[in-house]
Amino acid sequence: MSEVNIHKFNTILIGVAFSPNLKNNIFEAMRMVDFFDSNLVIVHVGTKTKEKEDRIKELISGFSDDDEKVVVIWKRGNPVSVIIDIAKEKNADLVMLGAIPREGLLKFYIGSIARKITRNAHCSVLLLIKPSEDLRPCNHIVVNGLKDEKTKQTILDSFEISQNLGAQKLTIVEEISQQEVKVIVEDDQSLLKDTLIKEQLAQKEDLRVQHILKDVPDDLKTGIVINTQSIFGKRGYSIGHYAKVVAADLLIMNAPKPSTFFDRIFLHDLEHILSELPTDVLIMR
Amino acid sequence: MKKTNNTTSGFMAQLPKNIFSGFVVSLIALPLGLGLALASEAPPISGIIAAVVGGIIVSIFGGSNVTITGPGNGLVVVLLGAITTLANGDLYQGYIFTLAAIICSGALMIIIGQLKLGILSDFFPSSAIQGMLAAIGISIFAKQFHVMLANTSIKGDTISLLTDIPSSVLLLFEPENKTIAIAAIVGVLSFLIMLFYGKIRNKYFQLVPAPMWIVLIAIGLSYYYEVFSSDPYPIDTELLVQIPNDIFSKFPSPDFSLLLDPKFISVVIAITLISSIESLLSIKAVDKLDPLKRRSNINKDLTALGIASIVSGFLGGLNVVTVIARSSVNVNNSGSNRSSNFFHSFFLILFVVLFQDQLRRIPLTALAAILVYTGYKLAAPRNLKDIAKIGKEQVFIFFATIIATITTNLITGILIGILATIIIHFILNKSVILFARNLFKPNVLMFKEGINGTYFVSVKNFSSFLNYSRLKRKLDTIPENQDTVIDFSLCDFVDYTVQDSLLGYQETFKRKGGSFEITGLDIHGTSSEHPLAVRSLISFSKKAKIKNGTSNLTKRQQDLQHIANDFSWGYDPQKTNDVIGVSDFVFFKTKKINYLNNSIYDPQSVFKIFDIEFSEGEFIARTSVRATMLIIRLKKEIPKFTLDKEGLLEFLYKFSGFRDIDIQGHPDFSKRFFLLGENPEKIQSFFTDELVLFLESNPYYHIECKSDSLLIMSKTRLASSKEIKSLINYSTHLEKVISGIQYDEIVLKSPKIKS
Repeated sequence: MSEVNIHKFNTILIGVAFSPNLKNNIFEAMRMVDFFDSNLVIVHVGTKTKEKEDRIKELISGFSDDDEKVVVIWKRGNPVSVIIDIAKEKNADLVMLGAIPREGLLKFYIGSIARKITRNAHCSVLLLIKPSEDLRPCNHIVVNGLKDEKTKQTILDSFEISQNLGAQKLTIVEEISQQEVKVIVEDDQSLLKDTLIKEQLAQKEDLRVQHILKDVPDDLKTGIVINTQSIFGKRGYSIGHYAKVVAADLLIMNAPKPSTFFDRIFLHDLEHILSELPTDVLIMR
Repeated sequence: MKKTNNTTSGFMAQLPKNIFSGFVVSLIALPLGLGLALASEAPPISGIIAAVVGGIIVSIFGGSNVTITGPGNGLVVVLLGAITTLANGDLYQGYIFTLAAIICSGALMIIIGQLKLGILSDFFPSSAIQGMLAAIGISIFAKQFHVMLANTSIKGDTISLLTDIPSSVLLLFEPENKTIAIAAIVGVLSFLIMLFYGKIRNKYFQLVPAPMWIVLIAIGLSYYYEVFSSDPYPIDTELLVQIPNDIFSKFPSPDFSLLLDPKFISVVIAITLISSIESLLSIKAVDKLDPLKRRSNINKDLTALGIASIVSGFLGGLNVVTVIARSSVNVNNSGSNRSSNFFHSFFLILFVVLFQDQLRRIPLTALAAILVYTGYKLAAPRNLKDIAKIGKEQVFIFFATIIATITTNLITGILIGILATIIIHFILNKSVILFARNLFKPNVLMFKEGINGTYFVSVKNFSSFLNYSRLKRKLDTIPENQDTVIDFSLCDFVDYTVQDSLLGYQETFKRKGGSFEITGLDIHGTSSEHPLAVRSLISFSKKAKIKNGTSNLTKRQQDLQHIANDFSWGYDPQKTNDVIGVSDFVFFKTKKINYLNNSIYDPQSVFKIFDIEFSEGEFIARTSVRATMLIIRLKKEIPKFTLDKEGLLEFLYKFSGFRDIDIQGHPDFSKRFFLLGENPEKIQSFFTDELVLFLESNPYYHIECKSDSLLIMSKTRLASSKEIKSLINYSTHLEKVISGIQYDEIVLKSPKIKS
């Protein structure tokens, strides 16, 4: 039980295009490198020119003098497969992707390339809804507490990440789907039954999470306020809604099992999040 | 076991009351049953059969408590159409075809009930339903007005019937129609009784319901002619109710030969649709009247109504629905359980058996008068006025539905109403994508907040009749004696249907001791000044919002106004960007305040409560948060500090030079709260025992002090009016405690602090 094995982000990979977002994307990545004390691989899918090279060098130079920490790779091809392949090749543990805010709307959607990478990458993926030049403090992290074999690892990792990012609050959300309640509220009796069952389910789920929390080393817990919250709703979707309601700064989720044909039709947990990013999302693998 | 005994003895104790109210209801059900059957061109007794069967079966199998079942108003139009057209004008053949349709629709209702699909009735937009009911009212009115004037032979569609009313009136003044004119006078007098019954405040007169007065007077008149007058009864037998002698021995047999005919199928669908809608609307309305505040099981009720319709159909009766008017009479006469429905049937049987001869003396015109009044009530122009206040677009939907229903049929009418509503929503939002993209998303999040057990419901994207069932399913799982906050700040568009239903929830929660607060609607633009007006975040009517900032208040804003009035404080709903005195709290150091609104302040401007929207990040709001906060302006300067339970903002405050402080002698307090400040000695002397005790013994609030003022907040979301009241209460007490601390003296006396 006590094999506590915490993920470290040793190598971070970011794919960049020469768009107005370049600076913000690189700045975000450099900060992550700082927080996690890791290496950075910058990938540009396209041709290498002197001009582009200088531009990237200039942006990096503001952060570290240690040139060995940052590698820039130039490669032509299909962006999705290039990035996935390089991530594998370089043994990256985290791929960072930026979302595109829709003009005028306060909602963030993720492009098709980023979606494909998210689905198929071998490692964790961080989706940023709004890469910015300045540091934004990360105060509140929401992490899923699903009943899943990966959850324990994800929760452990979240503590590590919270420590690195200096977050002060971590909320573990147990999503309980309505199907588990198995009662349709029709009158006072069924309402009573429904309330009771929900309370029991919530208690059971909470117990399970508390059990996981026991295994988290104390030094990872210091300085962090830990909350648990049971919500009843559609898996994957309601946690995103919750993260938005509590204005969380980062949402950490388990990676889903490999998606099948049916998942594309009936939206999968992850697809719900991808279709409408509530905040920055980290998918742990 | 004990419980059953209790309920049985309770039931016995309630029995006399229920027998009485069943009796009163049967007095109305008798004339109404006859009238509704006649209006459908069915044999008059078929209405009574429906009421008798309905009362017995639904009282046994039903899931509601104080409802009364029987033939319904809404069905008149469908049944009339079916009976007159299914057999191409042969009324008797049409009637037995219709009986088959009633039986089939009963089977459908059972299926709906068993599959627990009663919730589907919420899929209809309010204005379209109201339009449909008004159209039914107009149809009944148009047809029965002629019957009331003793012109029974008239035929035609609703519009021609309406335009023919003057000619029917003129007909009466022709000399050869003298006998008819007397029947018409009875009809008009009956109508006047219906109209003015409510205005006559005489307790003996009010003992008998208006329809029964009409029946009694009409029967009395016929006895007068029989006993006292030498003249024959002036009303022709053709204009009297026909009741067969063999009602209990010979039942008509339903004819199922049209089973697969499209016309027959559409009649079945129409009957099912209208009877489900009428029943569910009635159940919903009657639940609000139930003195014991029970919640009806609509699915069980639908099943029972289905069974009742099948039985009634086989016995030659109309179909059975839950009826609002009779149910409310039941409640008013202290009916308290389903037995009153049963007794209403029992008394109906008694009447028919004992007074068959008397019933045959009732003129049709008198019964028609009752229906004219019912039709007028359904179509009442007041409904239109109410809808017009909500917005022009609702009037459009209302009329589109009425016109479509009158000119085509009920199903087409309601479909056009739905379509009109959808199109109007598209136009109001200038977007189809908003709806298309989000229609199937589970847009409702509900969770129970850990701290005080408040249920919090957040709705995203859009909320209209299209996806209301999702919200309703969630809301139905909240016990009504709990506190609930429903938040629409993430919702771009909220329609009238949803707001109307939420108002219903609000009433129910209030009745049952809980609270139901709607927040996040005050930032939306509206289409009119009505509190239930359609609300959208998209700028379709910014004008209305800015111009009428004070007159168009949401329910929450009205509540805030009331709170302010209760304290004799001022209230200002307007948005303001004036953040002086607010933005320099450390809390807002990394946040950008977008605006303040809904401020409540006291006359001395010591306290000020407001809703605030702020965002973190520099560009377009990255995450916009809305919260309710309170500021106390102090009369003197006290040390800067911040008190927090979670240490959430520790980082921020430490950044501003604050340090952790322990209060000596209160280890418990130090453990529970994060107290930070610049000057530990000053703060330690400021936190007297009294203040610590106050903070420990009250619910937790986040407090920040910037020497001359205090910022107090509980959660980073909008507070409900209940929460605001406790926030005010807390703050006024805190202010008293703080102003009681002789801080200056402490500083002067204490030799330790010299700076």
